[in-house]
Amino acid sequence: MRLFGIIFVIAAVAISSAAVADDFGDPAAGEQVYRQCKSCHQVGDGAKHRIGPHLNGIFGRQAASHDGFRYSKALSRAGTSGLEWHADTLDAFLENPKAIASGTRMSFPGLKKPKDRLDLIAYLRAFSDNPANIPEADPTASPTDHDIDPAILALKGDPEYGEYLSSECTTCHQTSGGDDGIPSIVLWPEEDFVLAMHAYKNKKRSHPVMQMMAGRLNAEEIAALAAYFAGLEE
Amino acid sequence: MTLNRRQFIGTSAAMATVLSAPMVKAQGKPRVVVVGGGAGGATAARYLAKDSKGGIDVTLVEPTRKYYTCFFSNLYLGGFKEIEDIGHTYGGLAAGGVNVVHDWAVGVDRAAKTVSLAGGVSVPYDKLILSPGIDFVDGAVDGWGLSAQNAMPHAYKAGSQSELLKAQLQAMPEGGVFAMVAPPNPYRCPPGPYERVSMVAHFLKQNNPTAKIIVADPKPKFSKMSLFQEGWANHYEGMVDWIGEDFGGGNVSVDPAAMTVTIDGEETKVDVCNVIPAMKAGRIAELAGVTDGNWAPVNAADMSTKADADVYVLGDAASQGDMPKSGYSANSQAKVCANAVRGALTGSKVFPAKFANTCWSLIASNDGVKVGATYEATPEKIAKVDGFISQTGESADLRKATYEESEGWYTGITTDMLG
Repeated sequence: MRLFGIIFVIAAVAISSAAVADDFGDPAAGEQVYRQCKSCHQVGDGAKHRIGPHLNGIFGRQAASHDGFRYSKALSRAGTSGLEWHADTLDAFLENPKAIASGTRMSFPGLKKPKDRLDLIAYLRAFSDNPANIPEADPTASPTDHDIDPAILALKGDPEYGEYLSSECTTCHQTSGGDDGIPSIVLWPEEDFVLAMHAYKNKKRSHPVMQMMAGRLNAEEIAALAAYFAGLEE
Repeated sequence: MTLNRRQFIGTSAAMATVLSAPMVKAQGKPRVVVVGGGAGGATAARYLAKDSKGGIDVTLVEPTRKYYTCFFSNLYLGGFKEIEDIGHTYGGLAAGGVNVVHDWAVGVDRAAKTVSLAGGVSVPYDKLILSPGIDFVDGAVDGWGLSAQNAMPHAYKAGSQSELLKAQLQAMPEGGVFAMVAPPNPYRCPPGPYERVSMVAHFLKQNNPTAKIIVADPKPKFSKMSLFQEGWANHYEGMVDWIGEDFGGGNVSVDPAAMTVTIDGEETKVDVCNVIPAMKAGRIAELAGVTDGNWAPVNAADMSTKADADVYVLGDAASQGDMPKSGYSANSQAKVCANAVRGALTGSKVFPAKFANTCWSLIASNDGVKVGATYEATPEKIAKVDGFISQTGESADLRKATYEESEGWYTGITTDMLG
């Protein structure tokens, strides 16, 4: 009789954790996804920086904030202007690292399946189990779907309009490609440009000036800018 | 003064065009005259020449051969820049196809559509763009006038005045007093006087740490006030005494001969006095008859004046609505204006007006802050859409990044203006 009781409790726990896994991803599946990350990143006991920084305690951490790791200028900039790693920002970054920090040295095309990202984030959560660096709200934040509608990516912009709009960019960004203090925006692949601008517009990418500038551009205008800048390359 | 080759060629080509213009209508090309080679005028001239690909005859009238940017001139006072770091010639514009004429525009005949120059010639235009910056309102500060500007510099048009103020700052006796008379709204560069206080304090902290700064201000509050006050308390504790409207900061008179400042009846002997008087549109706007009061009212869609559809006013001189008077604003307005003027003269596509502004200020080494907004044209005015401002208590890393960003912006905008 007592034995039955224990079995019952175990079953109840199993059911409830399955429900959690549905909301927050399945850490076991995430461990499988993590195999793609392993060649560059370590996580868990004794993890050290390798090609990429170790991933212990990543939740709540400011991007590019390990003292002992040399980050790209782009990710450092994103960190100082407010990018912190939480479920939503990790999800956006894992989907397409370059959309969040264009010049990141993380040369990884991104995880396109939302479930893979959800699972991976659930797996990484296990290594952030230190109350000191997990804000209360973190575990309950669920990833948001921010896929850019393919119709938006397919838009053909008017380069002449783009040229006019680009004059607003060149007040700060140099067309020579100089990047002291302000990043370069020339010679970007068109799609990366569109993704980055939409990431600012949707406030997935941090920087108050860029969020403001991109915020009032509509999809056609962003496409026009991309078309203009792409035309410059030729 | 030496001219480089490009400047020389640019200038002589420009003069030849001007001299022949009354006889030959430059092969019937439409003509735009731009008066004033600052952030508004230089940008408008460059974009018109660049985007029309030679289809518009663009003449820029600018008296000085070297332009010192007002933006970053405070950093020169603080010791972060040399004067030559903020000086720029017009060779790049000349090379870009702009006829650069170094002369004063002294009159506009709107009926005949000509601008007369101090040198004696008159230049015809189809469209006239005035970007003359600011002049000071006569008698705005009791006891101060332009004849007193050597004893009490304004240093609000950069160049020799900035150098004079810096020299006076360096010559201050130990424990001396630096006074500033701040201007009433509206004026060029809203955070400018307070960035200047910060930069003067930075200089004094290193060279004359017992010196004091007094600011007499006719306003109850000012741009980025909480950020500056936080910075002054953190970096320059006890050095800055800001006397706002509530404490009689607007009731000021100066005596340049005696070097005294009287604030709300209390006379103080000072060692340096930086008087920044009330401002108005640069004089040519008034001479052209397009001002109403101190400023020139313009239409938000294209920066054309309310008085004359063929005369445009950019930047500080314009009364346009919500945008602050800043170099960034003038540059932004110039692009909207150039697009509209080119459309009117050549039939090119005219796109909707979009304006933006960001003002960075330096409080101390690596302690930069910023404020910015976007704007759109409404039938009534240029209206604010969205904005942001740096927060108090930001991390040192973020403040450093903001300062570095301002350096990047400086390179960006000066290249955007002057080529």
